[in-house]
Amino acid sequence: MTIRIHKRSINPHLARKIREISGENVNVCIQCGTCGGVCPMYAQVPAPPRVLVQLAQLGHEEAIERLRTYDYCASCHHCETRCPRGLDMPRVMEALRQLKLRENEDMLSPEDIPAEDIDEMPQIALVAAFRKLTA
Amino acid sequence: MGTAYYPGCTLKTKAKNLEDAALAAAAALGLEMDELERWNCCGAVYSLADDDLIHQIAPVRDLIRAKEAGHDTIVTLCSMCYNTLARANKMMREDAEKRFTINTFMDEELDYEGEVEVMHFLTYLEQKVGWEALADKVTVPLTGLKVAPYYGCTLTRPYEVSIDEAPENPTVMKGFLAALGADPVAYDDSMTCCGSYQMLTHTEAALASTSKVIASARGAGAEVLALSCPLCEYNVGVRQRDLLKADPDWSEVPTLYFTQLLAIALGLGPEVCRTELNALAARSLLQDKNLIPAAAAQ
Repeated sequence: MTIRIHKRSINPHLARKIREISGENVNVCIQCGTCGGVCPMYAQVPAPPRVLVQLAQLGHEEAIERLRTYDYCASCHHCETRCPRGLDMPRVMEALRQLKLRENEDMLSPEDIPAEDIDEMPQIALVAAFRKLTA
Repeated sequence: MGTAYYPGCTLKTKAKNLEDAALAAAAALGLEMDELERWNCCGAVYSLADDDLIHQIAPVRDLIRAKEAGHDTIVTLCSMCYNTLARANKMMREDAEKRFTINTFMDEELDYEGEVEVMHFLTYLEQKVGWEALADKVTVPLTGLKVAPYYGCTLTRPYEVSIDEAPENPTVMKGFLAALGADPVAYDDSMTCCGSYQMLTHTEAALASTSKVIASARGAGAEVLALSCPLCEYNVGVRQRDLLKADPDWSEVPTLYFTQLLAIALGLGPEVCRTELNALAARSLLQDKNLIPAAAAQ
């Protein structure tokens, strides 16, 4: 994905929003990629978490929405324990997710889950998924 | 002041094998835990948004229930409950503004300032019994059983609520398993996430992670994984069938709750262990090792 950077296209609004929701400052990220290296979803995510953070620094909301790496975050906090800059990445991912959820956009619907899975799954799987992925 | 027991929603339904074994073992060890008369689901996951206080109400309400009943400690068996309650408790202790808002919102409840200690059952066992004394009580040592301790995410992360003082390299499960006479197996992925709730939405990604965990434990010689989270048990245990289906050469590694291993080692018999509720070959492994009678298979 090509990203064109121009001073007119840089928008600090998104970084401010993320900070408001999560308390995290995405501008501390130095793009080392350690977070992606320990991410359990790394093999499948559309882009590693550091890419989303760079896009957030630049304020490229549309590009973030196209990639939607935050959809994949399991809030396992492995990346947070490894970040050399002390960025709490699961909080950043939650803020990005919340920005979509607050537009009333659910990422999971009960009809998406096969009935036999609902029967078999522990309650915490359903509670956790609906808590994290629905408005 | 005593100890409250908080079961959480899953232990009364899908994870009876986690609870029944633990309560029988606690009774056998003389540990008194009073189940809260009233409790609600803790929410399973901790809210990471600073401006989202409404999702802190559920865990805080459970902590208030423990305080109200005169307890100074609340013990959980489920890792996710432990994590959610411990983090909510920390927030109530440290964040005066949020504490004020939450207490004001729940003005019909007792004010809460984090007076109750949230403890996972493993920590409770270590503190109240200790591994040496536990070893003395073992009547059916798990000799020769190679067990991989699986911490997952929520027992050690974030570090401020870790059940182990060394969250980078936890040893609490190792001490516990060794006390039971088992051979704890060290492997690289004991704290790798199983995919958690993403099993519902990104199943392939979650299965890729569980397969890494299982392969890593198997590679280190493990015969079984010991865990304390019903969601880990589902992803790593129950859904291992997806891995078996996808790869005919997949060699399964069954899963057991740590409390089931405890109950077996204390000689409490297969009835309280409820191994019929475990996926895959958990029960036949225990039978092969002569840790439970073959007749229990019926």
